[in-house]
Amino acid sequence: MSNLTSDEATNPYRTNLRSAVDWGLIAIGLPILAGLAFPIADRSGEPVGWFDGTNAPFFLVGFVLAVIAAAFAPKRVWGAWVELAGVAFAWLLPLHLMNGGLMLSDAWGLWLFLFGTMVLLWRVMAVFAGVPGWTRSVLVPGLFGLGLLVAWEQLVTGFSVPAILLPAPSRILVAIIHNAPVLWDDFRQTVLTSVLRGYVMGCSAGFLVAILADRVPFLARGLLPLGNLASAIPVVGIAPIMVMWFGFDWQSKAAVIVVMTFFPMLINTLAGLGNSERIQLDLMRSYGAGYGTTLAKLRLPNALPFLFNGLKINSTLALIGAIVAEFFGTPVVGMGFRISTEVARMNLDVVWATIAVAALTGSGLYGALAVLERVTTAWHPSMRGR
Amino acid sequence: MTRRALPVTVMTLLLLAAWYVGAAWLNWPQAVETLMRASKPTGVADVLAQAYAMKRPILPTPDQVVVELWNSLTGYAPTSPRNLLFHAWVTAEAALTGLAMGLVLGILLAAGIVYTRTLEASLLPWVIASQTVPILAIAPMIVVILGNIGLTGLLPKAVICMYLCFFPITVGMVKGLRSADPLWLDLMRTYSAGGLRAFWSLRLPASMPFLFASLKVSVAISVVGAIVGELPTGGQAGLGARLLSGSYYGQTVQIWAALIMASLLSVALIAVVRGLELVLLGRAGAR
Repeated sequence: MSNLTSDEATNPYRTNLRSAVDWGLIAIGLPILAGLAFPIADRSGEPVGWFDGTNAPFFLVGFVLAVIAAAFAPKRVWGAWVELAGVAFAWLLPLHLMNGGLMLSDAWGLWLFLFGTMVLLWRVMAVFAGVPGWTRSVLVPGLFGLGLLVAWEQLVTGFSVPAILLPAPSRILVAIIHNAPVLWDDFRQTVLTSVLRGYVMGCSAGFLVAILADRVPFLARGLLPLGNLASAIPVVGIAPIMVMWFGFDWQSKAAVIVVMTFFPMLINTLAGLGNSERIQLDLMRSYGAGYGTTLAKLRLPNALPFLFNGLKINSTLALIGAIVAEFFGTPVVGMGFRISTEVARMNLDVVWATIAVAALTGSGLYGALAVLERVTTAWHPSMRGR
Repeated sequence: MTRRALPVTVMTLLLLAAWYVGAAWLNWPQAVETLMRASKPTGVADVLAQAYAMKRPILPTPDQVVVELWNSLTGYAPTSPRNLLFHAWVTAEAALTGLAMGLVLGILLAAGIVYTRTLEASLLPWVIASQTVPILAIAPMIVVILGNIGLTGLLPKAVICMYLCFFPITVGMVKGLRSADPLWLDLMRTYSAGGLRAFWSLRLPASMPFLFASLKVSVAISVVGAIVGELPTGGQAGLGARLLSGSYYGQTVQIWAALIMASLLSVALIAVVRGLELVLLGRAGAR
């Protein structure tokens, strides 16, 4: 635990420049002060300054007031909430300027101001990161993601980056809403039809073969090195072969997924089954328990963390396998099909909408498995709070 | 040694046998049709011979694939686009560039996460979430988009590889940088050594075993990334392009040869990493 506070812990009376000056506030204040000298927008080639008749000073004053008010808050966390409100208020400035028909590129005053808001957001996150509980585990990553999205939106719209290169998050959201029926059909074809079936088949095949290999050690000793070799083979490469064999519909996608998910599940299950301790097994034998009972009551519960590890790895692999296989041939629906056709038609916002759906699906699958793992393996040491 | 060699040999032989049976079964209808059209005898032996010797089989036999591999490796100069070594090199180049970029990104992120509590709380969840984005599936699109702004060739593929392989490196390095013995860290402090000094002399060496474990995973992943990144460039160089052109023209033997070459490439690169590990860690006195 060597961090900034260790100095103060050893010598509370030590005063130096580092502790006497609030460098964070300087990092926020200096760029904004410097930015006051620059224009914040331009109106058909004419630069517009901070005090040229727009409501811009209103947002600047609100931001500064929030920082000052936060300094007087009785608790740092309360102050952080006030600062957060100030940041959110300050982020309205570019929207206000664009509503007034102004162009934002080349306006260094505005960009320095927005940089200052980002530094303040970082300070807020630093405060929240010190509070255990949901503020630390949910709010801080949420604010980080929000900050990234806002920066993306501001930069893309401010510098009017063409949508063909990178659409703004707001445009992607609009595309999701407008194309909801199409995206739902793709989701149903790719995820509900191909991925779920292939995932269940591949994972249960790996699991069953692992149980079999556990009974027949000869099989395990022969399969494990082959499994390690298989992890080096680029399994997505078999997609064209599977499409040739099983046709364009979900069967070929499920086949790719089965091949991709089989070995991770096999290896993890075998590792999990070997996880029970000698003394536990001896105890089971002293109870007169047979192979089946030992498996059901002792070894499978002990293997659960490994099983979930395999299931989690496979959840992303399955999605990848299905979408890649759709590049090699598909009925005219599905995420892979949508991405490849809409790229060709230069509808990049629809493509990004599909990517967003895929990312949400992947995170959702992973998250659901993580919750299930937490519920079923609450006893495991890795689940203890840190 | 025999305890492991025998089962592996038996399983490999079983796999090969299953492959031959599968090839006969899948190619059977086509073989019968060919023989009928040529009005040749259609006894079991004749059909079997035909099924194992087809030019565009549904499933080629292992010997056909090996012959194709051998011919393409020895029949042409290594710089010729008809030689698989040339394509493997194109893929390896992208994979290794991406791996190097991923290594830099992964170590920087890990150092940031280990040293900054705010970064640990805010960035680490997103690093994990980033891997649930099926980037491999979106890779062809990234290549097309980067191609639109004039970035073609090696770089887009390397970016995909970087995205795929930074994750194991970050996770491994976070663990590795934290694995330095607290007693030693305290000793460094009594020597009044700064944070940077402790990083170079203690944390970085302590993380090396973790780094190499991650690198072995990353190298295999980055080969996959490079191959998928080659898919949309259609018909140009690289093992992925071979896969795609084989799929276009129904050249199944070519697909299988490219696939085997790709896994050989992964295995070779992993072996290189393992060799580096032995040399470096051996020199550091780890084993």
